[in-house]
Amino acid sequence: MDSDLDTRNGGAARAAPPYQFRTRAIHVGQGPDPATGAVVPPIHVASTYVQRAAGEWGAFDYSRSGNPSRANLERAVADLESGCGGLAFASGMAAIHCAMMLVKSGDHVVAGTDIYGGTYRLLHRVLDRSGVDVTLAPSTDLAAFERAMRPTTRLVWIESPGNPLMTVTDVGACAEIAHRHGARLAVDNTFATPVLTRPLERGADIVMHSATKYLGGHSDALAGMLAVRDPELWKELYFFQNAIGGVMGSLETYLVARGLKTLELRVREQCRSAARVAECLAADRRVRRVLYPGLATHAGHALAAQQMDRAFGAMLSFEVHGDLEKTKRVAGATRLFQLAVSLGAVESLIEHPASMSHASYHPDDRRAHGISDGLIRISIGLEDPGDLCADLDQALDA
Amino acid sequence: MSVQPRRPSDPGPPRMSTLSVHAGEAREKPAHAITDPILCASTFTFANTQAVIDYVVEKQERGEYGRYGTPTEMTVERKLAALEGGGDAILYSTGMAAIVGLLMAKLNSGDEVVFFDECYHRSREFCVKHLSRFGVVTRQVKVCDYDAMAAAINENTRLLISESPTNPHLSVVDLERFAAIGRQYAVETLIDATLATPYNVRPLAYGVDYVLHSATKYLGGHNDLLAGVIIGDRERLEPVRKLRGIMGAINSAHNIYLLERGLKTFELRMRRHNENGMAVAEFLASHPRVERVFYPGLPSHAYHEIASRTMRGFGGLITFQVRDADWRATAAIVDRVRVARIAPSLGGVESLIEQPLVMSYFEVSPEDRRRFGIHDNMIRFSCGIENAEDLIADLKQAIEGR
Ligand SMILES: Cc1ncc(COP(=O)(O)O)c(C=O)c1O
Ligand SMILES: Cc1ncc(COP(=O)(O)O)c(C=O)c1O
Repeated sequence: MDSDLDTRNGGAARAAPPYQFRTRAIHVGQGPDPATGAVVPPIHVASTYVQRAAGEWGAFDYSRSGNPSRANLERAVADLESGCGGLAFASGMAAIHCAMMLVKSGDHVVAGTDIYGGTYRLLHRVLDRSGVDVTLAPSTDLAAFERAMRPTTRLVWIESPGNPLMTVTDVGACAEIAHRHGARLAVDNTFATPVLTRPLERGADIVMHSATKYLGGHSDALAGMLAVRDPELWKELYFFQNAIGGVMGSLETYLVARGLKTLELRVREQCRSAARVAECLAADRRVRRVLYPGLATHAGHALAAQQMDRAFGAMLSFEVHGDLEKTKRVAGATRLFQLAVSLGAVESLIEHPASMSHASYHPDDRRAHGISDGLIRISIGLEDPGDLCADLDQALDA
Repeated sequence: MSVQPRRPSDPGPPRMSTLSVHAGEAREKPAHAITDPILCASTFTFANTQAVIDYVVEKQERGEYGRYGTPTEMTVERKLAALEGGGDAILYSTGMAAIVGLLMAKLNSGDEVVFFDECYHRSREFCVKHLSRFGVVTRQVKVCDYDAMAAAINENTRLLISESPTNPHLSVVDLERFAAIGRQYAVETLIDATLATPYNVRPLAYGVDYVLHSATKYLGGHNDLLAGVIIGDRERLEPVRKLRGIMGAINSAHNIYLLERGLKTFELRMRRHNENGMAVAEFLASHPRVERVFYPGLPSHAYHEIASRTMRGFGGLITFQVRDADWRATAAIVDRVRVARIAPSLGGVESLIEQPLVMSYFEVSPEDRRRFGIHDNMIRFSCGIENAEDLIADLKQAIEGR
């Protein structure tokens, strides 16, 4: 793992001790600008780079193929995910799309049932058109998950915690299943973040992020990331990224890199608050059930305690007693939580998966996979947890 | 801070982290966006003539021309006023512009100011070299010598100024006493609380009239913007705001956006700066090669008692002196540090280190340096929010290295 810090102008790599996560999140790939000494690297907006002579390419030639600011961020995220290299995209979906380019007509993809609606849509309405077969299977039931594997399976896609039910999937076990059948394992690590789980350390081949969420963390940049631990796989994915072109813009790379500097602080604080909110909701008689891996009653609690580093994420879902109208009233009655899709930022958000984040699921699949009309999903931000509990308390009376 | 869920009938005041995320912002933003737009417009349109007249007559808070303040800037001003517990906040392009803006608005020829002598060297320079050119008399008294301050006041005195904690000696002012002197002599008071931030102390609550910050430091927090702010009573600040519209030291839209974004994590960052500051100060104080540590959280610090009484935490800035070291031996330690970077400024997520002698006082005469308490073997360390273990291990190898 390459985690030397560029601590001096020019970034001459010194033999460095293995710095801790937060220190690396602030410094790796973010060394001072060698040209000016600026403590924060510049935002390189150039679309093209001047070459010394025809056919003699410098480190950068054209910004779709590579950009210094993007390269800095890619290095930082790869380091935090214990990978050998990263790739930055214009959105999480662009990152997923690039990873999906690894499969071709006739191949088969197995995905968990508890995944982001947009991933479901890409698999079922885009990838299927190029003759790729897709099977959704419950990644929490390893035997059933393995039964979905076929000789043609090339890619396995999971999320943990899952979206929106917060199911916890055993990344290491899924990696073994995938590899046993000659497939690669990709993990959407958006909810857990590398602060809590590093899938590459558990055998996954690809880790993916909607950096729009926790990595950026301020609801102000659309961004996606991939990181891998095999340099050959990185080259393959880099080829697709450059050929397709869904790269992250340089302003966004700056905002995401700036977000990384407070990533661990934010995630740990948000997890602490989420645990408190989950307890408040679990103790409330107006609430039918709470889905949060940190609760001892959650089916994935034991696995989460072992797979996630001392915290259980800052996303949770719950169901209220009452009909669909009541659910929608509650989701619309909060004052601090704002009604919006997306998650993982400083502001707390509330949403109704059936009509919002998971509307692209076929209604039958929603029903089959437990995404009820009564489900409400919340993303815990940085507000004071007492303020958040009080807000939900008043909204539950709506 | 105990966090009990509260009934809606008793929502109580929102806590600081809730304030730093939401205060000052409109709940409904343009295009229903969750964040404020980066508003680059230099001027703002009116629907018709009556709208212009209403704006002027009703003193509406809206954009007119960029130099008089933009809606995003007003949002961040409201946020800062809420964090500091003040009636109004005025943003400037730098901390120095804020100081100069306030002094130029408040002082006339023949007026006098009294200030404690430990302070940011450019603030002192402006007072001593430039206010005098406008016929303003400045009197310096020894830091925290309240009797000397009171004695320096006469009928022309208009303003008492201090930093707290001071830069770089971290002396902590008894704000109650400082404000009381101002009230007793009917003189306004100003505290530059850049090193404290409203997380650690809110001077207005002690009766101080104006609080000033170099928002370049902890408020922005990421070493990627320059800004300054003055907070206080709205009416008293009116002439200051008017002069800013003439001076023109306002913030660009991009700058103000980064400041707003930085404030979202303000409380989190400050808690970590405080923790790191305490841990690093304790490490330094226990090291045999360290002669002296200036940090208000240490019992050995001259102002520990007042700091403990008035501050929630002690910040991330630490100054220390190396035992039996000349300036070269001191510089060698600075040069061996790997995590912190050698640079002026403080309060960002990245740790910074500097030797005051070389960085800010190189051209100052040895007598003046002695007078300002700047020693050759002094190092100023601004703790970022890295892991304290990494900062300490790094400082240890730098101090003990060959
Ligand atoms: C878990 C998960 N994966 C992927 C995505 C897609 O990312 P983006 O919206 O950045 O394209 C999202 C977000 O919407 C998500 O929540
Ligand atoms: C205590 C203090 N006040 C004021 C300033 C001036 O602020 P700025 O650099 O933002 O102009 C600084 C820093 O440089 C400072 O440390």
